[in-house]
Amino acid sequence: MSLLSRVANVFRGERLNRDIEEEYASHLEEAILAGRDPAEARKALGDTLRRRDESHDIRVVAWADAVRADFLFGWRQVKRNRVTSAAAIVSLALAIGACTSAFRLIDALLWRPLPVAHPERLYVLSRRGMGFDNKPGEWDSWAYPDFQLMRAAAKGEAELIAVSYADRSDITYRTDQEMEKAVVQYVSGWMFPTFGIKPAAGRLFTEKDDRTPGAAPYAVLSYDYWTRRFGRDPGVVGRTFQYGDGVYEIVGVSGKEFTGTEPGIVVDIFVPTMMHRGVARRDSTWMRTLAVVAPGVAIEPLRAKLAAINYAFERNRLSGETGLSQETLRNVLANQVRLEPAPTGASGMQKEYSRALAAIGLLVVMVLLIACVNVANLMTAQAATRAREMALRVSIGAGRMRLVRLVLAESALLAFFAALGGALFSWWSAPFVVNMINPPDNPARLILPADWRVLGFGMLLIACVVLLFGLVPALRASSVKPVSALRGDDCHARPGLMHGMIAAQVAFCFLVVFVAGLFVTTFERLSTKPTGFSAEGLLLLDTVAHRPQPAAYWDQVEDHLRAMPGVDRVSQAAWPLLGGDSWNDSISFNGGPPSVDLGYFLNVSPGFFETMRIPLLAGRDFRQSDGYPPAAIVNQTFAREFLKDNNPVGRSFDKASDDGSRERMQVVGVVADAYYSNIRTMLPVVFVPIHRPLSQTALRPMSEVTYIVRISSANPLSLASQLRQEVGRVRPELRVSNVQTQKELLDAQTIRERMLATLAMFFAVVAILLAGVGLYGVLFYSVVQRHREIGIRIALGARSGNVVRPIVSGISIALAFGTVTGLAFGVLSTRYIESLLYQVKASDPIQLAGPCLIIFLAAIFAAAPAVVRALYINPADLLRSE
Amino acid sequence: MAKNDSLQGALDLLVLKILSRRPRLHGYALMTAIAETSDDVLRAEEGSLYPALHRMEEAGWIRAEWVKRETGRRTRIYEVTKAGKEQLAAEEVRWQTVTSAVNRVLRMA
Repeated sequence: MSLLSRVANVFRGERLNRDIEEEYASHLEEAILAGRDPAEARKALGDTLRRRDESHDIRVVAWADAVRADFLFGWRQVKRNRVTSAAAIVSLALAIGACTSAFRLIDALLWRPLPVAHPERLYVLSRRGMGFDNKPGEWDSWAYPDFQLMRAAAKGEAELIAVSYADRSDITYRTDQEMEKAVVQYVSGWMFPTFGIKPAAGRLFTEKDDRTPGAAPYAVLSYDYWTRRFGRDPGVVGRTFQYGDGVYEIVGVSGKEFTGTEPGIVVDIFVPTMMHRGVARRDSTWMRTLAVVAPGVAIEPLRAKLAAINYAFERNRLSGETGLSQETLRNVLANQVRLEPAPTGASGMQKEYSRALAAIGLLVVMVLLIACVNVANLMTAQAATRAREMALRVSIGAGRMRLVRLVLAESALLAFFAALGGALFSWWSAPFVVNMINPPDNPARLILPADWRVLGFGMLLIACVVLLFGLVPALRASSVKPVSALRGDDCHARPGLMHGMIAAQVAFCFLVVFVAGLFVTTFERLSTKPTGFSAEGLLLLDTVAHRPQPAAYWDQVEDHLRAMPGVDRVSQAAWPLLGGDSWNDSISFNGGPPSVDLGYFLNVSPGFFETMRIPLLAGRDFRQSDGYPPAAIVNQTFAREFLKDNNPVGRSFDKASDDGSRERMQVVGVVADAYYSNIRTMLPVVFVPIHRPLSQTALRPMSEVTYIVRISSANPLSLASQLRQEVGRVRPELRVSNVQTQKELLDAQTIRERMLATLAMFFAVVAILLAGVGLYGVLFYSVVQRHREIGIRIALGARSGNVVRPIVSGISIALAFGTVTGLAFGVLSTRYIESLLYQVKASDPIQLAGPCLIIFLAAIFAAAPAVVRALYINPADLLRSE
Repeated sequence: MAKNDSLQGALDLLVLKILSRRPRLHGYALMTAIAETSDDVLRAEEGSLYPALHRMEEAGWIRAEWVKRETGRRTRIYEVTKAGKEQLAAEEVRWQTVTSAVNRVLRMA
């Protein structure tokens, strides 16, 4: 009872005092009733006030009581300086919230271990070197037969697990027309037991489900999908769905925590790897290889063993590929096998976004520092005005520590409110940023729990923030010299300290604005660069059939679509430009050796170039009578790089496949360059007819095509559902699996850059605002502080320049110093963000001049009120008030 | 004043003892009880009685309660807790040991 009641008493101090006083009063009453003289009784009782404090201290926890008093006092200060406090809280809240959000994103994507048994023993296998396309790179995709050999070799030292790239696919629980999307992933049957995952319903896969190709058409749902799609209905076990060519039976639901091994993607449905079509193919790499290494096994020998197996496998495989150039063979066989820790799993989003998030994280930390400096400056100015109060406290016996605590309590209060605001901001902003990451039809999904990791980070952050902005003013306040302060001496903040803080602030601000400028320019350069085709008004219908359908069916649908009102043009292509798909092969001439560089191919129907508005430069478009091979239309880059000829119409070349087979192509036309799979590199492209003759009379049936529809109305999506229905109506065998616009594909090319530009821009504005407010505050304060001095100078006939100079000069030096420091750091920092930039250099004078100008303007804007105020000080008013 | 000093340390013992015989006393009554039973030899200093009471209350030896008096004023009355009784027994033993030791010294010297 004792400690508890004493702590409780801390919070009812007034009542406690009243109780004690009442007891003394009743004592006196008794004494008087007993016939004693009231004055004598009172004297006998002694100094009740001191007794009261004595009793009070007995009945409360003394330090808690002092802390309570500090906070109460701090709260009064916060309330008294309402505007300053609000400004401090809002700027800190923004900074703390942004920091927390950045932490949540980075943690979720890069740091948080997977919820599996022993994530610290999880590794991912990858290769690094020169690729088949003769470009350096790193790949984590593997062929299944290679995986099987490596798994057998690693037995006892590590368990290898195959995990396919999660794919958003069409599945249906009923008929084809009721298709829906689900994220499907092929996984090794032994993945669940190896990871120690328990089923939430039914059973999970075991090794038995993953032995024979095609033998186990079973599926395990993720808990998340089970909840979203089925409302956690346990009856879902035993249901079937159609996916690809097969019908799968749901056998169970995986444990709640496990959402797959690819941060950024939440898997809906797991199926065994043996159900994958490419499981026996040696030339198809479609899965990652994860390794759970047994305790105590050395990594390097294991890696070397796996590398040797892989080398033998690749050499064996490539010896049959006579179509490869010797250089490519050498390059590919020289690839390094890497075995790297992957406690957080492995995903494309990690590769794509880790650097971008780190850059944002750094910007956010700088904004936080700016905010802290701001608040520190505000509080230092305030502390200076409170110097007399502090001096008085010291002279009546308050300890220095107590004063430090007093000011820190006020800081802690500010930080507490800022943390509340920051938590709200982060709660909203982290998912908001995740939503920015992927195209709207396939959103990135990061699990962003608010758990002890986030809480711990938040606490640490607040502690740092309080120390950062609170300690300096607190120490200053406590170091006050009572004699000089009470005598009315100059007890103002040392300008040097404040100027130093301003310089730091300007340096951070410059850095943020500079980096933001680089990101914005990158985004602008990428998003405004000509693509070579017109994306406006293009609707793309990805259309699929269960089994290959006659070419005539596909053409029939094209004709029907073209006849619909509102439709300008319709063409077919194997896939849309910038869709990410690609098909490449070597080129050779007159039976010569295959080229090291690759040509890129795309099947299109006649009229494709007109639909895409890609200009035909020479020759002619495809005709219905053209077939693949030999008709070919090449782009300018191909003509230049492979044919060394600006007008190669009529020339021929060979498309050389890896297996040594060759197809003779003849150029019938040349088109202008247009980007093929991404907008960063212009590739040499060969367009070939979509139809491929099977014999003299028949064409090869097809199972998928993208209809490219140019629509006359401004919003192509308005016709989407009508077009989709029309496809099914004309040919029920065909089904539209996905509808998107070419504009969406184009925008998807710059998603990361847009995100970086938007966020960096936002933080740049915040940084400028904060730094401006800070500068304004310091200048204004220095004018108020020198009020008397300036008044006397004006009275003595000082010119405006003489009045303004002393106020502005110190700040100007701070500004210049800060800008130069920021500039230096800016130039240094670009090394780390170079990979995020496009066609923009840190040394670009415009990139450097921009932030200088912005800071200069902000400084003028922030300084103006103080300068004006100084100039309009009226000496007469001053004398009257003195 | 000098005789109060002899009470230092013994005040707790006296309060506990009196309260264990006559429960539910207020501060003034306690004070008079100490004076009366000791034939006015021992007097608790009025001011220091209350901090001592509060300390013992926090230590859990006694508990307090507000009661309404016929005059309308509230008064705080005290009684011994179980822990207080144990403390009293221990204190009594200690007191006896100390006083008999002191007596022995006085006799011998």
